[in-house]
Amino acid sequence: MNALAAGRPRRVLPGFGLTLGYTMLYLSLLVLIPLSTVFVRSLGGGWLHFYDAVTSPRVLAALGLSFGASLIAALVNSVFGLIIAWVLVRYAFPFKRVADAMVDLPFALPTAVAGIALTALYAPNGWLGRGLALLGVKVAFTPLGIVVALTFIGLPFVVRTLQPVIEDLDHDVEQAAWTLGASGAQTFARVMLPVLWPPMLTGFALAFARAVGEYGSVIFIAGNMPKSTEIAPLLIVAKLEQYDYAGASAIAVVMMVLSFTIMLGINALQNWAVTRHGER
Amino acid sequence: MARRFLIGCALLFMALFLAIPLLTVFTQALATGAAAYLAAISEPTALSAIKLTLMVAAISVPLNLVFGVAAAWAIAKFNFRGKSTLITLIDLPFAISPVIAGLTFILLFGATGWFGGFLRAHHIRVVFAVPGIVLATTFVTFPFIARELIPVMQSQGNNDEETALSLGATGWQIFWRVTLPNIRWALLYGVLLCNARAMGEFGAVSVVSGHVRGLTNTMPLHVEILYNDYDYTAAFAVASLLALLALLTLAGKSFLEWRQPELRRTGHARDATTMKRPPRV
Repeated sequence: MNALAAGRPRRVLPGFGLTLGYTMLYLSLLVLIPLSTVFVRSLGGGWLHFYDAVTSPRVLAALGLSFGASLIAALVNSVFGLIIAWVLVRYAFPFKRVADAMVDLPFALPTAVAGIALTALYAPNGWLGRGLALLGVKVAFTPLGIVVALTFIGLPFVVRTLQPVIEDLDHDVEQAAWTLGASGAQTFARVMLPVLWPPMLTGFALAFARAVGEYGSVIFIAGNMPKSTEIAPLLIVAKLEQYDYAGASAIAVVMMVLSFTIMLGINALQNWAVTRHGER
Repeated sequence: MARRFLIGCALLFMALFLAIPLLTVFTQALATGAAAYLAAISEPTALSAIKLTLMVAAISVPLNLVFGVAAAWAIAKFNFRGKSTLITLIDLPFAISPVIAGLTFILLFGATGWFGGFLRAHHIRVVFAVPGIVLATTFVTFPFIARELIPVMQSQGNNDEETALSLGATGWQIFWRVTLPNIRWALLYGVLLCNARAMGEFGAVSVVSGHVRGLTNTMPLHVEILYNDYDYTAAFAVASLLALLALLTLAGKSFLEWRQPELRRTGHARDATTMKRPPRV
């Protein structure tokens, strides 16, 4: 009782000090200290050097491409992820369980393997690339190819975030809307979407965050030409190969700060949506 | 009508982005016949890449397993200030580009890094050698096991453990006899996902490996080298082994989700910043 009165939880079970201590030590040694070096190194040449490093046209182009292509891929995933999650929860069709398991393929398949497979498919002489070339669409070695790779990487995030929410949706509410004379489209827009868009935003954010940092699946299908098809993580690698550690760190810092700002923004938007909708 | 259209849309998208790329790996690998395939995967540099990949996973996964259990015990069994911050920090490696993960270890242990001078003086190689590959892999797979265990242990509560304690069990006895049997499927689930990523990691490992053939090449790096040498059959042959690993991982994952359906819901698609499941409605 005394412990509770003092505002401290009772700790009955043993091992708190040991496990928390180990967790903090391991976290610090493996993640926090290494990450802090990036911030320290990025300013190694002073603010001016940092500013110059991240505002060079090549860096700006790479950042724009990484964030832009990730945005498009996450949007594509939001739309098709919703459809896939919906179909997997609501409808019965042959090989549904296989389809459901396959959604996680991008989590399980090494990114380099995905990269070479997508490139082989979409290259001008590939299965899909050949047909698309006839239509005048070039995918591999263009920004479109980057979007394709990033879409592959991000798909499971949206599907897996939406699936449990759709499972929990009450059929009754839809049926009520239906009996009150709402059309299918109206039911979707007025009844389902208000509930589905906060988790869609979560899935979007996760897919986006993953896409921004993605490297393995992109470098094969992207042409890797500076200022047109060079993504920001690749530029970090290029700077490292030239021993420009401060420059590489500066790009890394900008990427991390931008990503976290966007994530915080999405989180805030979501909290606003959830409270406005009167949930929780 | 709408139903058929939606199923068609979903299946077409999944075929284009998931099934066909997977199929391509195997058809390309076998494009020049079984003999070429077998030659490519039994070649000495391929074998040493396979060996290195297995070794790196055999170190990284247990490290993160011990950490995951410790972190989940502290977070799920006790209340303390700063818990949600700690959870966010544990998730941090997921939000960071693998390339940046690799970069951090170059900055620490590279020639001009913080410990560079010390390491050179003692003739220890970390970066562009196996220890760097292990570190980078451990970094990117860091949250996997912890984030599967924490929600499962939280939902199980402390009753079983407190009962065991009142019956006179010691801390270790409680862990081995009570907690571990309760979390075994979640633990296996975390290990499975952690291992898949550890064996398949490319970006982080690529930055720290130095690409020495037969010495510091993991399987994904070996695939890249073969591909860049225009040796497509060999590249896809080694890639097909990784694709098989991915399929085995998916099968194991489905099996564990069938054994313990909650695992599906505590899975990786969680809000990255709060580690909660998506809001339930």
